[in-house]
Amino acid sequence: MADIARPPTSSSASLPASLRLIGLRLRRNWPSATALAIIVLMILAAVFAAWIAPYDADATSAEAALQAPSLHHWLGTDVYGRDLLSRIIFAARVDLAVAFGATALALAIGATIGAISGLHLGWVDLIIMRCVDSVMAFPAFILAMAITAALGNTVTNVLLAIAVTQVPIYLRLVRGEILRIREMEYADAARVVGNPPWRIVFVHLLPNCLPPIIVQATLAMGYALLTMAALSFIGLGIRPPQSEWGSMTAEGAQYIVTGEWWLFLFPGFAIVLMVLSFNLVGDGLRDFLDPRMRGVR
Amino acid sequence: MTFLIYFLRRLALVVPTLLGVTIITFTLTYLLPGNPAVVKAGPLVPPEVVAEIEKAMGLDQPAWVQYWRYISGVVQGDLGTSASTGRPVLEDFQQRLPATLELTLASLLIALVIGIPLGVQSAVHRDTALDHVGRIVGVAGVAMPTFWTGLIAIYVFFYLMGVAPPPLGRLGAGLEPPPTFTGLYVVDGLLTGNWKVVGSALHQLMLPSIVLGLSVMAPIARMVRSTMLEILESDYIKAAWAAGLPRRRVVYGDALFNALIPVVTILGLVFGFLMAGNAVVESVFAWPGIGNYAITSLMTKDSGPIQSFVLFVAVLYVIVNFVVDIVYGLIDPRIRLE
Repeated sequence: MADIARPPTSSSASLPASLRLIGLRLRRNWPSATALAIIVLMILAAVFAAWIAPYDADATSAEAALQAPSLHHWLGTDVYGRDLLSRIIFAARVDLAVAFGATALALAIGATIGAISGLHLGWVDLIIMRCVDSVMAFPAFILAMAITAALGNTVTNVLLAIAVTQVPIYLRLVRGEILRIREMEYADAARVVGNPPWRIVFVHLLPNCLPPIIVQATLAMGYALLTMAALSFIGLGIRPPQSEWGSMTAEGAQYIVTGEWWLFLFPGFAIVLMVLSFNLVGDGLRDFLDPRMRGVR
Repeated sequence: MTFLIYFLRRLALVVPTLLGVTIITFTLTYLLPGNPAVVKAGPLVPPEVVAEIEKAMGLDQPAWVQYWRYISGVVQGDLGTSASTGRPVLEDFQQRLPATLELTLASLLIALVIGIPLGVQSAVHRDTALDHVGRIVGVAGVAMPTFWTGLIAIYVFFYLMGVAPPPLGRLGAGLEPPPTFTGLYVVDGLLTGNWKVVGSALHQLMLPSIVLGLSVMAPIARMVRSTMLEILESDYIKAAWAAGLPRRRVVYGDALFNALIPVVTILGLVFGFLMAGNAVVESVFAWPGIGNYAITSLMTKDSGPIQSFVLFVAVLYVIVNFVVDIVYGLIDPRIRLE
């Protein structure tokens, strides 16, 4: 969302007004507004986890082991007596940080290369696009799995792996947008007054690609979260004792046959809630930012 | 003639993509940290021995020589040896592929059988409760990780209700696999008339294929809905209504047939989702397919099967997308000219 707040120079006057309009549309589009509220709350909970979580997430207690949800432990406890709600709140830190980080990294790399590709065309573009085809030849999760397996399980590597799988999305998006707007009059004007190419791209062209990028990034955040959770679930991503929703679900899976349902249900529910929220906000933003898409579902 | 040109042009795109794919898997396998010679030699081995193994494996050669060896090996079916099973990865693959195929086909079938009518009904009854429910199901289906829905299914249908078998593989306890014709237990059971095996295989398939099928159903339903909406507005459908043809005939005959054409285009995408989802669902249901094989190898740091699995899936994905494009070109001649 920081991208919206930073006004692109070419249309700086109109942005505060459009921010107000976003607010207006969000009020009308209540599912997206609710989803946005959930995301904001979850971010706050992650940041202030130490104050919000009812218990110390790592505090074990033999007598509190494997308790079903109750008034004391809203979401129950695990085999070590750790409070599940507290662990889920603390896990939000890793999950959200990686989702945001991977998306930001992929966006930065993808937009830069995409802009180069769209401006130069010719051989440079051809080679870049064949590389993109090769990366996209892998189903995203499978590629992330291979990269994490090769690099090793650390938070940074998971972030890197997810970013690599998402670079093509932004690259193709920005390339297409640049191809569309590079011939427009204001781009010509910027060239004529003697701006260097990098300035034309970053100051004049890229800011005008922002709306579709913002929508895409919001939707991609959900995918990033799902990918990370699945990686951790199969034991590749973030590992215990570090709390992460996917690996917590995997831990909980062991207790299905003994009936401790809360252990796998709630961490997974946190994933669904966040992914759903990112998707709904993305849809809402698309309706707002791209008037052509309004009413089309 | 135009089709031939289209075919060749599309084929020309496949070659560099496959080249890129193998370069990526090669890089992930050989050039990244975690020296394969050290892995092979095991810990606590003096550096001279490691250097010797490196030489034997050709790791001291320049990268392009290594790549060439890798590629010629892969083309000849040499995918290396699995450290955990001690057998060639290719053999392990051949043994497990039918399981993956059976699960994938069953899931695809479920996704199509539910997704297409759902898309049609959502379009016909646009903006009614049914349409909204369909959309909610679609949105939720995409947001829910398959490992989670799989666990819920196991908890509800196996643990609580007892209507599903324990999530442990392809056949119930005490049953022998049928003689191999296709490797698909359901088909082989049918061919040999072994109804017990057919029943058990279907029973075992039930939960994983529903979980996987529902996870890829949403894009199919959405595509059918949007093309149906367009087609229902078209003149020839209006003519069919005007001619007084029965509703069922118009919707499911004339309109649906044309709405299915774009569905072909997303089959490649759906296949990608299925392969990715497969790995996770197989591990949840202890399904003995190649995805589960790759994931088990992760636990033992056995890199051969993982990288082969990734290469296999990517090559298959490229081929499927190529076939999809060709089929689309066959069905819709306009595509060939683009």
